[in-house]
Amino acid sequence: MKLTVHVNGASYTREVEPRLLLIHFLRDELRLTGSHWGCDTSNCGACVVWLDETPVKSCTVLAAMADGHRVRTVEGLGSGGELDPVQQGFAQCHGLQCGFCTPGMMLTARWLLDRNPDPSPAEIREALSGQICRCTGYENIVRSVLWAGRHGAGKHAASKHGASKHGAAGHPAAGAAGHDGAPEIPA
Amino acid sequence: MQVPAHVEYEKATSVEHALSLLVRYGPEARVLAGGHSLIPMMKLRLAQPETLIDVNGLSQLSFITEANGELRIGALTRHAQLLDSPTAGRHFAILHDAERVIADPIVRNWGTVGGSLCQADPSEDLSAAFAALKASMVIRTPDGSRTVPARDFHTGPYETVVAPAELLTEIRIAIRPGGGSAYAKVARRVGDWPVGAAGVAIWLDGGTIADAGIGLTAVGAEHFAAAEAEEFLRGRPATEASFARAGQIAAEHCRPSSDQRGPADYKRHLASELTTRALRLAMRRAQRQDTPAGTAPGRPTGTAPGRPT
Repeated sequence: MKLTVHVNGASYTREVEPRLLLIHFLRDELRLTGSHWGCDTSNCGACVVWLDETPVKSCTVLAAMADGHRVRTVEGLGSGGELDPVQQGFAQCHGLQCGFCTPGMMLTARWLLDRNPDPSPAEIREALSGQICRCTGYENIVRSVLWAGRHGAGKHAASKHGASKHGAAGHPAAGAAGHDGAPEIPA
Repeated sequence: MQVPAHVEYEKATSVEHALSLLVRYGPEARVLAGGHSLIPMMKLRLAQPETLIDVNGLSQLSFITEANGELRIGALTRHAQLLDSPTAGRHFAILHDAERVIADPIVRNWGTVGGSLCQADPSEDLSAAFAALKASMVIRTPDGSRTVPARDFHTGPYETVVAPAELLTEIRIAIRPGGGSAYAKVARRVGDWPVGAAGVAIWLDGGTIADAGIGLTAVGAEHFAAAEAEEFLRGRPATEASFARAGQIAAEHCRPSSDQRGPADYKRHLASELTTRALRLAMRRAQRQDTPAGTAPGRPTGTAPGRPT
C-alpha cells in the first residue's frame, strides 16, 4: 500500500506492506534511527514517538495507521540547530548512560512539559512509568526533566508558575543545585 | 524480530463503511482500534487475521457525554481520555480508579476502551468495572443496532457476542442517585495485569444498601460479576460487617486458577479482601455525593485540563 506520513515537518510517501510496524518504517524506510527498537512488546518505551499530539509505542502501531498523520521523533525535538530544553537537561544532568532509552524518555518528557510545565518529581515518574532505563539511571532522568522544566521548557512556565516555587528559577547554578546545576530531588 | 504475518489492510471512513468492509471480508477480518492487544498477538501468531479494518479514523466513536441520565462512552475513546474526563470521574470514580492502573501512560494514549472490551481478556480491568456498573454495550449491526448488558457481553476468554459483521460502538451507564463506586487491584508490578481485582458500585438509601454491583477480574468469576454477594448486600445496612461478609461470598463463588501470577488460594483471598476494600471506599464516596446541595467535589481528575472529554 502507498502511504504518506508527515515526519518532523517533512512528508514522506512510500510503498509498504500493511504489516510494517511504524518503528521499522521510521528506522528502515526513512533512516531516522534516533527512535530505538527495543523490547518489541510495548513494555520498554525505547520506540516512543509522537503520533499527532501524543506519544505512542511505535513497535505496536502499524505504519499504515500513521498514514496521513504527523509523527515527531527525537530528530524533530530541537529546532534550527538548537537543542530543546529537554535535551539540554539530559546533557546538563547526565540523564543518559548508554543512551538507548533516551529518545523515548525525552519525547515523553517534552509531552509532559507541554501539558504540565512545572511537574513534581512524582508527576515525572508517573509520566515516564511506561519506559525502562536498563542502566537504571532514573534519578538523573528525573533531574533532567526537572531541569528542563525550570529552564523554560514548559510552554507557560514563566507566566504560570513564576519564580516563587523554585526560588531563583532560570539560573542553572542557583537555588537547590547539585552537581552541574542538577536539581536535588526532594525526599 | 517479531513482525505480524502478511495481512490486508482497509481504512474505514465511517461506521457504515466499517460494517460493509466487515461483511465483504468475512469472519477472518479483524477490527483494528488501538491495536495494543491485537498487534502483539499478531506478532506471536496467536492472531492471524486476513484483513485488518482500521477504525481509528472514526472520530464519531470517540466521545464521553452525559445524556438522558446516562454516561455514554464511545468505543474508540482512548484510555487516557477516559482517565482525564471529569464527567466520567464525577459520576463513576471506579472508571478513574481502574484506568489509573491499566498499563502505563503511553499505552493508555493509544489503547481504546472498546478494544479492551472486545479483546475480552479474562484479566481485563474495564470488564469488571463495567460489570459492576451494570453497563450496556451498544453494538452496530448491518441492519441497525442492538444493546447487550455488560454481563452478557463476554461469552468466554477472548470471545464476545459481537458477531463478525458487527461493531461495538458505545458503552452506556445509567446515572442513579445515591451512588458511589471504586476499584481495587493487586498486580505484581505497576502497569501489570491484575493478580486479582474487584470493582464495586453501590447505591445507598440512607444507611441501607438499595442496590450493589460487584465486578471481579482475573479470578474466574462468571460474567466478571459476583451476583451472590450483590444479592446478599441488597437491603442490608451499609456496615463493615456487611462488606466483610459480601467479600467472603464473592470469594466463595469465583473459580481462580493457579498460574504465574499466583496460587488459586491467594487469588481467592484477594477476591474477598479487594471486594471489601472497594465496598468501603464506594460507600464513603456515595455518602459524599449525598451531602446537601450536591456540592461535594468529585475526585481529582488528573493533571491534564483541556483534554477532550
